[in-house]
Amino acid sequence: MTMGIQVERLEKHYGDHKAVNGVDLEVPVGTVLGLLGPNGAGKTTTVRMLATLIPPSGGRARVCGYDVATQPQQVRQLIGLTGQYAAVDQDISGRDNLYLIARLLDLPKKRAWARVDELLERFDLVEAGGKLAREYSGGMRRRLDLAASLIGNPRVIYLDEPTTGLDPRSRNALWDVVRDLVAEGSTVLLTTQYMEEAEALADSVVVMDQGMVIAKGTAAELRARVGGQTLRVKPMRPQDLMAVATTLARARLAGHVDHEAGLVQLPISGPNDLTIAVRAIAGSGLAVSGIDTSIPSLDEVFLTLTQKQRGGVEDTIQFWRIE
Amino acid sequence: MSTATSAPSPAGPQGPGSSPRLRPVTVPPPLPPLSPRVGLRATARHSFAIARRNLLQVRNDPGQLLDSTLMPMIFTLIFLYVFGGAIWGGREGDYKQFLLPGIMVQTIMFASRATGFTLSMDFGSGVMDRFRALPIARSAVLSGRIIADVCRLLLGQVVMLTFALVIGFSVKTGVLQAIAAVGVVLLYGTALAWVSAFIGLMVKSPNTVQAVGFLWMIPLQFGSSMLVPTETMTPWLRAFAEANPTTLVTDACRNLLIGGPVAGPLAGSLAWCLGLMLIAVPLSIRQYRRR
Ligand SMILES: Nc1ncnc2c1ncn2[C@@H]1O[C@H](COP(=O)(O)OP(=O)(O)OP(=O)(O)O)[C@@H](O)[C@H]1O
Ligand SMILES: [Mg+2]
Repeated sequence: MTMGIQVERLEKHYGDHKAVNGVDLEVPVGTVLGLLGPNGAGKTTTVRMLATLIPPSGGRARVCGYDVATQPQQVRQLIGLTGQYAAVDQDISGRDNLYLIARLLDLPKKRAWARVDELLERFDLVEAGGKLAREYSGGMRRRLDLAASLIGNPRVIYLDEPTTGLDPRSRNALWDVVRDLVAEGSTVLLTTQYMEEAEALADSVVVMDQGMVIAKGTAAELRARVGGQTLRVKPMRPQDLMAVATTLARARLAGHVDHEAGLVQLPISGPNDLTIAVRAIAGSGLAVSGIDTSIPSLDEVFLTLTQKQRGGVEDTIQFWRIE
Repeated sequence: MSTATSAPSPAGPQGPGSSPRLRPVTVPPPLPPLSPRVGLRATARHSFAIARRNLLQVRNDPGQLLDSTLMPMIFTLIFLYVFGGAIWGGREGDYKQFLLPGIMVQTIMFASRATGFTLSMDFGSGVMDRFRALPIARSAVLSGRIIADVCRLLLGQVVMLTFALVIGFSVKTGVLQAIAAVGVVLLYGTALAWVSAFIGLMVKSPNTVQAVGFLWMIPLQFGSSMLVPTETMTPWLRAFAEANPTTLVTDACRNLLIGGPVAGPLAGSLAWCLGLMLIAVPLSIRQYRRR
């Protein structure tokens, strides 16, 4: 399989601090890699190295076979970058921003304007096109920025937290754009803080923390690491919490009591667990304000992987089934 | 683009609990060979595209032009009517004729500072990242800046010369000489714009760039024949003033407009301007590459 992006032991040092510390990535042509990590993980630094904006301190990165350190000019002909902070000129209009980039990418004048109109249309900016970019809302500016990075039909596209600050509608529109790009054969590297986004778009996911890769795989594989479905039962009156736990224990279900949240949680392991639990609760006559099941969100996976366990764990009491 | 049928992509879920998806992978056409450098003609095109952007910024905020149009006019009036009598004493001729070419030079000196300031602003905003990730020569951003600034400087000169004529300045030579006069001043402005670019690239904050750009020019402006004749200066200052490029450029401009020896100051001006650029251009480019 040909690789759109290939990164080996990439490093970036700032003084003693290793912002990126030996990262390996492979993104096959025509696929999306989701790069996840908390603040300061080194996502932006990685993207900036791949976009030839800063030189790596060590290791190697290639884009369609061209080395970012030794062949930056070729790499720049292949990439489109939407950085974490919108890189648009605030003092000229949206149209002029796009036209500038089109000209810098050597489109002849007429074709440049045609391309500008096409992109304004695609990103719902036709009306705002003539306005100064400084008058745009945050979301409009991000869309303009994305449009600017797509003018040259880049083979490889970097999107650094592209949906941060977008409303749900714009976010969905952006996701559609990314899917279209991939359908056209582009390779996408997308950084995000949201598992949901990685799950919706990425063929594979890499989780970074403190400059290192701490997990990789598909979103489903990562989720499997944390476990399956959980049933949550919340009694109407808080003092019934232990009674609910006892009822479930008598029904031969094991779980734990979360005092802080005021509910009982149990993993669903067998096909009949759910029915048994509901029947037991119904038989006990205890008033319940909520029963639901939850799939561990990828955010939980993410928190688990980055060793930042949520609080409240100490506050739970395990109970075992009564044989 | 060709679509290779159902080569399985690495499995990824569509949503919670879905099975791995299979989707056709579109194989983009093979890459054409990519060139490792940007040609000169392309760089020229890119420079003009960036110059256009810089001029659009001015069009969208014409207030930027006040310091190279309105300010020198006010200066002219102050010097003419407040200091004029004292400066000129009982000399022959008209201070107005002496002063206005000097104001043209002062105008360009003030206006040239914007080059460094705007470059510094660009570096502070995200646009520079965009430019640097594009397959263009890095020097295009710098030359685009200079091209736009030369246009701005020229506009300032035309406005000032018109203003001068309106308040009663008279050109004693001819049209060609007047054009040459503007040309010399413009060349000086261009050289100073490169120095300003260097300052803008050396110093981090735009405000400091403004201050430094102002300070280094004070001796050049006031230790010169721009506003006052040099004869009354103390000998050491006079020696400084006579070697000062501002004096040479002012004298060349003045004599081209109202008559007088031209060859000497003109040769001196050209030498200074070329010399300044010979140093400031490569230094600026080097500094730009580093940032
Ligand atoms: N120019 C720099 N000089 C010094 N340290 C830097 C520089 N750029 C980044 N760092 C450091 O490198 C680390 C990684 O930063 P980076 O911006 O790559 O994180 P990130 O994963 O993009 O985070 P976020 O989610 O907040 O955008 C941080 O600790 C940051 O302080
Ligand atoms: Mg970041």
